[in-house]
Amino acid sequence: MTTSTAAVAPTPGTTAAQPDGASVVVTRGLSKRYGRDRLAVDGLDLVVPAGAVFGFLGPNGSGKTTTIRMLMGLIKPTSGTATVLGGAMPGAAGAVLPRVGALIEGPAHYGFLTGRENLARLDAADRTADPATRKRRIDEALARVGLSAVGDRKARAYSLGMKQRLGIASALLRPRDLLVLDEPTNGLDPQGMREIRALIRSLAADGTTVFLSSHLLDEIEQVCTHAAIMSRGRLVTQGTVDELRSAVRGRLRVGTPDAGRAAVVLAELGLAHVATTGDGVEADLGDLAAEDVCAALVRRDVRVRSFTTHGDSLEDAFVALTGEGFDVES
Amino acid sequence: MSRADVLPAAAVRRAHAPALPRARGLVFSEMRIVFRRPRTYAMLGLLAAIPVLLGIALRWFTSGGGGNGDGDGGLEFVSQVTNNGLFLVFASLAATLPFFLPMTVGVVAGDAIAGEANSGTLRYLLVAPAGRIRLLLVKYTGLVAFCFAATFTVALSALATGAALFPMGDVPLLNGDRISMGEALVRAMLIAVCVAVSLLGLAAIGLFVSTLTAVPVAAMATTVGLVIVSAILASIPQFHALHPWLFGDKWMSFGDLLREPVPTGGVIRNIELQAAYTLVFGAAAWARMSDRDVTC
Repeated sequence: MTTSTAAVAPTPGTTAAQPDGASVVVTRGLSKRYGRDRLAVDGLDLVVPAGAVFGFLGPNGSGKTTTIRMLMGLIKPTSGTATVLGGAMPGAAGAVLPRVGALIEGPAHYGFLTGRENLARLDAADRTADPATRKRRIDEALARVGLSAVGDRKARAYSLGMKQRLGIASALLRPRDLLVLDEPTNGLDPQGMREIRALIRSLAADGTTVFLSSHLLDEIEQVCTHAAIMSRGRLVTQGTVDELRSAVRGRLRVGTPDAGRAAVVLAELGLAHVATTGDGVEADLGDLAAEDVCAALVRRDVRVRSFTTHGDSLEDAFVALTGEGFDVES
Repeated sequence: MSRADVLPAAAVRRAHAPALPRARGLVFSEMRIVFRRPRTYAMLGLLAAIPVLLGIALRWFTSGGGGNGDGDGGLEFVSQVTNNGLFLVFASLAATLPFFLPMTVGVVAGDAIAGEANSGTLRYLLVAPAGRIRLLLVKYTGLVAFCFAATFTVALSALATGAALFPMGDVPLLNGDRISMGEALVRAMLIAVCVAVSLLGLAAIGLFVSTLTAVPVAAMATTVGLVIVSAILASIPQFHALHPWLFGDKWMSFGDLLREPVPTGGVIRNIELQAAYTLVFGAAAWARMSDRDVTC
């Protein structure tokens, strides 16, 4: 799999990962060792550009949450540095964290308090938050995640999805420069997922940088502009989602009764590994745009019954880069 | 204060003036966390029931008028209750201070940080950011409030029960003098304050234990266990050299407030002991909290 990794590394776009003044999160050689030899995070060099919706992708146990905890100053790195909004963590936590909203490893609430009281407690914990505007800000945060109607209900009576929304509401108590959302759509039904993803997009449109950790590849693909892929505590790659996707070569499948003619056309276009199948023709798409290939086929009177590409999703990129399926590591 | 003296006055004002109402915000929130919890109601209810049970037992189930009342202070109070209901306050405090009060304090103190860690709310408080040391101070403030609430629950329940079941009137002091009902009430309040203060050292121990784990039950059991160990050590004469340093050594000194003139030695020694335990275990909790990796 090192060959696939090598194929990605020189992709010009990944140089966008170089830190500059507009980076919201920068880590240098960030490592965390638990016990003597379990390296949970190993030499992480992560750069999250300002304004990005940054997908942080990796299977369970790949070091995502440990990284987030180090970024939030909850645990100390064994070595390396983490800079968030220009401040070195965990030392600058007091100055940096009021500008950060976070949902870390699932929501956590006081079951015997109402949703509104839970938010009030977290707001009171932030000594830079203005108590005079607390009620209004809590109302707005609840409205934003669709919990206005149940804000006065005890949190223990909330469904998993409502708890998740309440967790997101606590991240939205104030305008934030950075939102760190660890698996934000966990426990939500498909409609809830769509709402939260729309919310993330609208927050990003307002200029908030979003750091979105997820194991749902299609979620990252739908929402994120940038992504990093973690595997076994190491950063496999980072860049824009388009760069990551283009790092894998898709396979084109054309269903057609004119397989022979189609194969000729594809070969002329320069597609590699052209092969006829029972009901059509296959080829590696390479750098060509699928729509151009389709137009070329139709211009040459190839009757196209179906036209699909496979193996060019982020999931394929992930498998190609890490050499592993998207399962829990043993 | 000595550090504030070194800072320029303007900086001090900047740091303190706006911080005060906000810090109070978290303190108020902490009071809500401590006192809105069903478990707290249950424990306070239990504490309130003890004087009632004691009063009923003394009113209807004692045969003699209280003849064999010698030995330690607690029994001395018990023997007086049937003559004067106010003594139920002292008897109840004496009965609950060795175990029931410390047990409830152990539960609340052990839960202080470990409970937040266990439920995951600790990480959200820290990311808010509450500040680790500020959170610790707020937690201890909540514990102090609970120590007073628990003690006064016992005292007020005892006062009400005593007034309902027994005659009230001038109070004979332990050395024979009599004081008026009004003065006796003032002394009863001072005694309750003394009992509440007696619990502060244990609260600091529990807070420290609570920073060590994310399993609240373990922290509670450890803290309550320390109360028992301390009581066992106190009962073994061979450990007499250790006795003056046990946090419960001068717990019963509150009885001195029922003498005239009040011998203050024991009460002051008790306050010193509680202050010393609070400082030592507060510092340990501070060190542990600043360094802790919050992984849950």
